[in-house]
Amino acid sequence: MSADRSFTLDGRRVPFQDGQTIMAAALAAGVYIPHLCFNPEFAPHGSCRVCLVKVNGRVQAACTTPAAVGQAVQNETGELREIRRGILQMLFVEGNHVCPACEKSGACQLQAVAYYVGMLAPHYTHFYPRRPVDASHPEAVIDFNRCILCELCVRASRDVDGKNIFAVQGRGIQAHLVVNTPSGKLGATDFSVTDKAAQVCPTGAILTKHRGYEIPIGQRLYDRKPISVVGDVATLAESKGGRRHE
Amino acid sequence: MAESDLPAQTVCEIVQRHGGTPTRLLQILRDVQDHLTWLSPETLDRVAEELHISPAKVRGVAEFYSFLYTAPRGSYDLLFSDNITDRMLGNRELLHYLCERLGVEVGKTRVDGVVTVGTTSCTGMCDQGPAALVNGYALTRLDKPRLNRIAELVNGQIPLAQWPCEFFEVISNIRRADILLGRHFADGSALRAVLKRGPEAILEEMVKSGLRGQGGAGFKSAAKWISCRNAPGEVKYVVCNADEGEPGTFKDRVLMQDFADLVFEGMTLCGRVIGARQGFVYLRGEYRYLLPSLQAHLQRRREVGLLGKAILGDPTFGFDIDIHLGAGAYVCGEESALIESLEGKHGVPRIRPPFPTTHGYLNQPTVVNNVETFAAAAKIAVEGGAWFASRGTAESKGTKLLSLSGDCERPGIYEYPFGVTVRRVLEDCGALDAQGIQMAGPAGHMISARQFDRRICFEDLATGGSFMVFSHRRDILDGVRNFAHFFVHESCGFCTPCRVGTSLLRDLVTKMHTGHGTRYDLEEMRKLGRIMQVACHCGLGQTAPNPVLDSLEQFPEAWERRLRSTAFEPAFDLDAALEQARQLTGRSDPDAYLREEELILGAMP
Repeated sequence: MSADRSFTLDGRRVPFQDGQTIMAAALAAGVYIPHLCFNPEFAPHGSCRVCLVKVNGRVQAACTTPAAVGQAVQNETGELREIRRGILQMLFVEGNHVCPACEKSGACQLQAVAYYVGMLAPHYTHFYPRRPVDASHPEAVIDFNRCILCELCVRASRDVDGKNIFAVQGRGIQAHLVVNTPSGKLGATDFSVTDKAAQVCPTGAILTKHRGYEIPIGQRLYDRKPISVVGDVATLAESKGGRRHE
Repeated sequence: MAESDLPAQTVCEIVQRHGGTPTRLLQILRDVQDHLTWLSPETLDRVAEELHISPAKVRGVAEFYSFLYTAPRGSYDLLFSDNITDRMLGNRELLHYLCERLGVEVGKTRVDGVVTVGTTSCTGMCDQGPAALVNGYALTRLDKPRLNRIAELVNGQIPLAQWPCEFFEVISNIRRADILLGRHFADGSALRAVLKRGPEAILEEMVKSGLRGQGGAGFKSAAKWISCRNAPGEVKYVVCNADEGEPGTFKDRVLMQDFADLVFEGMTLCGRVIGARQGFVYLRGEYRYLLPSLQAHLQRRREVGLLGKAILGDPTFGFDIDIHLGAGAYVCGEESALIESLEGKHGVPRIRPPFPTTHGYLNQPTVVNNVETFAAAAKIAVEGGAWFASRGTAESKGTKLLSLSGDCERPGIYEYPFGVTVRRVLEDCGALDAQGIQMAGPAGHMISARQFDRRICFEDLATGGSFMVFSHRRDILDGVRNFAHFFVHESCGFCTPCRVGTSLLRDLVTKMHTGHGTRYDLEEMRKLGRIMQVACHCGLGQTAPNPVLDSLEQFPEAWERRLRSTAFEPAFDLDAALEQARQLTGRSDPDAYLREEELILGAMP
């Protein structure tokens, strides 16, 4: 009986369908679980670890854990908030995220999730890695300093655009995003700003050229309401301040 | 043929020899590198072209494995094993000694392209170190006379085949044998048993035996086999995890060297029980020296009807075994990462569920067991489950092979019934002055003398077999720092808390170890460690903070000794920041350093 197929999320009953993950069921029920590498249009990846929830007392990623009858899932707890904040801080010190100067500031999922979990400073020691900026493409620019290795562009380009332009290479802390050409330059690819891969980045790593800083401070996507209310920038239409082309 | 076409010809031949199969990518890249010493961008593109796969995928694999080189490398590639046990035996001094003799810097290829000297994670020769690899082949018992000779051989560009064979001698050092190592096993007897009694009867014996995964995780082996046997799917696989990467462990190396037939028999038995016709051994790259003898064992088994299309003359019993070599990636010891690697990909652990017993190699039902588990299974098929279960404790049946190394008189392999106390093991191996033990490797637990009455079994101290002894002469934090570096090097980089957390932890440990830390830093390590334990995607990241957290609890005095009295010290280290200026000006005199202690501590990486 479908009415019985439910679990509890912070005490609230959430129904689910067979094959749904905790994240998918929560999303359908309108409950926000913070996330970065998850995008409902793609198969879950499970790498950023921001969506950690406690399932029957055990910490697991909501985006990859199948929902099951009777699960007791905790989402908004002090403990989880602290873990998530720690993970956000790791992402901030791993790359070079200069929010005040960034075009995405205010409409950046990374920044918005960081605020949502109460991160006010990066806390850890910055790695200050040397990473290049690739402005070789006439319409788009890649700032590798802002990449958080969520692989959404990799997945979008491969699975939706059929172009397979991006890949992650290297091991451990050396892991990095690459452009799949001998020169490693985006300009040498058939990348287009209308590609799905151009719309999914949760940070300002992939940006459209020739426009920027158009929306004044105070009116940007996450300036007045948190991401839990507004939704992900990648899933919102352009007319609503998001990145999805109509 | 133009000379520039030679690499292309080599690549083409090697790809063809591997049947042009993309799942053989890692094996292909290994073979190509053997011929060309490194994998240039052109070479990798050529491999991609021949295999009809994307160049990015090939480059991704090449960049993932430590033993694959995407930058020029010397024709002689020397890698010193850098486990803490090698350090106890003085490997750092030897490393610098050899570099000086050869006129080469650590990690850099000599200008003439002849030699590169670097370090690598534990090569599994802890009982006969200091150890190293030359072009992937194990060197043992290094000392200065031996290194003098090696320097001459390298400078004379003498082929490895003409090097003295005692340099490559690997001894087994079996110090204590019980039911696994001590009793004779007749080849084919387990296979005759399964043909005579049927798979169900063998599974019953397996259940009765209580055998658990000997890699250390301790999952019930019978449950794994039954799950795989019952899983839907026409094609199933048996995989032997011989990627023995946990620093301080070498018992699988000894099993593969001295008991290969027992292991192969266990795999073949499993094949019959679950209905698989193909098995793989995933052998860690460090053990490539074993490959010829293992291939010879397999060939002999085919010739006597213990492997192949009709085993023991039964046309319904077909099973064969293929050996894949790893290429320096500890994470591939995790079973789903191992399967990815077996499929020719970079070794990132999969999302689980689904588990390999239903979705394993090529998404087909697969049993992945440790070397020792297969060896035990073969014996159980012959001697019975009750016989095996008569040894051990309530929850841990049978015996366990321990790899003893570090500060003890008799390092080597010790087989004990489960439940043996740490104290008994220490007495047997002649470790009379033990301060602490790193049990089950860096991913396991560090225990102090207060806990030497604990028992080695799944109920108490679970282990895959690593047992490294630290005497009172040692600084526990040398070990902790060595392990922190190990995890940075071995993190696959997939998930945030492991990719970033291992580096953050290493930096905090280094800050403490060099006397710059405060109580605040101790608390920072605790908090970070707790996040990693619960947040990481796989066991590697979840266990990476164990040495730090355990030593904080077991050896607080080792940390306290180094504390600054201040409440807070900045992470910014002025002296370290001056390093670039020192290098530019070529200064290495004491006046170029802010403090004398930096000179001494600066020698550590």
